[in-house]
Amino acid sequence: MAYEKFNILESTAVPLPIENIDTDQIIPARFLKATERKGFGENLFRDWRYDSNNNPKEDFVLNNNKYTGKILIGGKNFGSGSSREHAAWAIYDYGFRCVISSFFADIFKNNCLNIGVLPVQISPKFLEVILERIFKDPSTLIIVDLRKQLIKIQGSEYYENFEINHYKKNNMLNGYDDIDYLLNLKESIQNFSKKTPL
Amino acid sequence: MGKTLFDKVWDSHVVKKIDKGPDVLFIDRHMVHEVTSPVAFLGLKNRDIKVLFPEKTFATADHNTPTRNQHLPVKDYLSSKQLKALEENAKYHGISYWGLGHEKNGIVHVIGPEHGITLPGATIVCGDSHTSTHGAFGAIAFGIGTSEVEMVLSTQCVMQPKPKKMRININGQLNEAVTPKDVALFIISKLSTSGATGYFVEYSGEVFSSMTMEGRMTVCNLSIEMGARGGMIAPDDKTFNYVRGREFSPKNETWDDAMEYWKTLKSDDDAVFDKEFTFDGSTIEPMITYGTNPGMGISINSGIPSSNQHGGNKETFLKSLEYMDYSEGDKILGKKIDFVFLGSCTNGRIEDFRAFTNIVKGRKKAPNVTAWLVPGSHKVEKAIKDEGLLTILNESGFELREPGCSACLAMNDDKIPPGKYAVSTSNRNFEGRQGPGSRTLLASPIVAAAAAITGKVTDPRYL
Repeated sequence: MAYEKFNILESTAVPLPIENIDTDQIIPARFLKATERKGFGENLFRDWRYDSNNNPKEDFVLNNNKYTGKILIGGKNFGSGSSREHAAWAIYDYGFRCVISSFFADIFKNNCLNIGVLPVQISPKFLEVILERIFKDPSTLIIVDLRKQLIKIQGSEYYENFEINHYKKNNMLNGYDDIDYLLNLKESIQNFSKKTPL
Repeated sequence: MGKTLFDKVWDSHVVKKIDKGPDVLFIDRHMVHEVTSPVAFLGLKNRDIKVLFPEKTFATADHNTPTRNQHLPVKDYLSSKQLKALEENAKYHGISYWGLGHEKNGIVHVIGPEHGITLPGATIVCGDSHTSTHGAFGAIAFGIGTSEVEMVLSTQCVMQPKPKKMRININGQLNEAVTPKDVALFIISKLSTSGATGYFVEYSGEVFSSMTMEGRMTVCNLSIEMGARGGMIAPDDKTFNYVRGREFSPKNETWDDAMEYWKTLKSDDDAVFDKEFTFDGSTIEPMITYGTNPGMGISINSGIPSSNQHGGNKETFLKSLEYMDYSEGDKILGKKIDFVFLGSCTNGRIEDFRAFTNIVKGRKKAPNVTAWLVPGSHKVEKAIKDEGLLTILNESGFELREPGCSACLAMNDDKIPPGKYAVSTSNRNFEGRQGPGSRTLLASPIVAAAAAITGKVTDPRYL
């Protein structure tokens, strides 16, 4: 599925410094019943965001007007648990284009890259610095430059480089998707299949 | 330098290596269920393409299905729509579909092995993180997202960087009442939920070689709970005997060829792992979790650690205890429970029902406990009846439901109510996993059985 190209993102950020945020929190299983990729943003962090009567919980960061933007900042081991791509869809659909953490769960990270959400892994120290800045001043701008693989806090000397493999980077910069790539390999895949015994 | 078991299987499936990018990996077996597939099929429709190798994909309904009255139409509108979508997609693309009521229906990771779809040396994927289960057969099996489901449907490949390799060795004799589930919860408690992220794990040592295939499936199933992409165990005679004669297993000369290859599937003596852990099996006790991730496990006789002992982020730890309404230092033994759930792709196989029945035999379920016993498949359900286990369970006050994922993720009506405690044989104790506000204690079928009898957390050895 096509997604917006990612080049430079300059945005305020929403801080959620909890460790081990699992995909059941990002999108609870009862909201996985759709047959189309629509409306998942409404249920992003559903049970942290709303009480059992569907009233917004005031102390949850997505219900706090102070914090907005296209960047979500999570604690260590973000996205653990289920392989549901719906978690990445919910994040995208809500309006985030980038998630920053000091560590990501594998499948979640892969899912993000496949749908156009950039997972940016930074050092625990830098994560602390960013969070501190944002809590002090929610209008702090974070700049994520994919081409340079650089993340910085605007108006400060703080920055860090981040890793992304060259192939995925190129995909995100151009809005390419893996399926197009694989479809072009169809002939070699068919030849390969003749060699496999199963 | 020698190759690991993982290297051998992975390398033989690489269609293309992309410079500074992922490998294009050929997939032998693709399992599909109703929840993570509809958007993938929609993608094929939008591109106007058909499934490339429909005979390599197998579809079943398990995640959102009811566990009662499966012969009736599914009441929940969205669930029934999702089930119908899978049925239609399977039919259109010529994929085997074992829907609700079909004799081969069951949880995707239970039926794969049952029917010989799961084979040593194969690459197996499914839009479900517990696909790691199939690694018990010496297969590379891992969960994928829906975009990747679409890739496999349309090209039979995924694109993944090759993970690093980890080996976990456990030797020694396991204690009484220590099951494969306890071994897995023990490992996760040592490594944490992110300790194996980026790695593919091989389990090695006498504890695993002496396990049954069912036990190995439980261990490999839980690999994802420590962040690993998957886990695997080298195939041996137990594996081959399990696979032999099943519907989709190789037959005759093909079997002989396969055996010749499968016997080479072990790590070479000089193979190097990026990381290695060794534990002593005799130190493992029956385990139970007290928090909101599977790494928060302790031996059943210990106290809940303090935030300092636990390490990690203090706020996150305390938030977790607050959710469970437990305190640092509390004894877990004797904690009151309300529900027991026996089932799931982790512990929904026949051996699990035997173990559970063995404990409750001649005893009565505690009146304050609601127990949901959900077989992993119709085949398991039939074995429970054929072996006479159902009679014993009924006499002890338990009923059997129909197969499905059920309360493991509570997509159907099997939801643990807010604030209630459930001892569950499933795989995740995340907040709200078993229903909004539910509180889960993960444990083995034996510990679950003991809790069902007493209504509180109980050491099965002293029941």
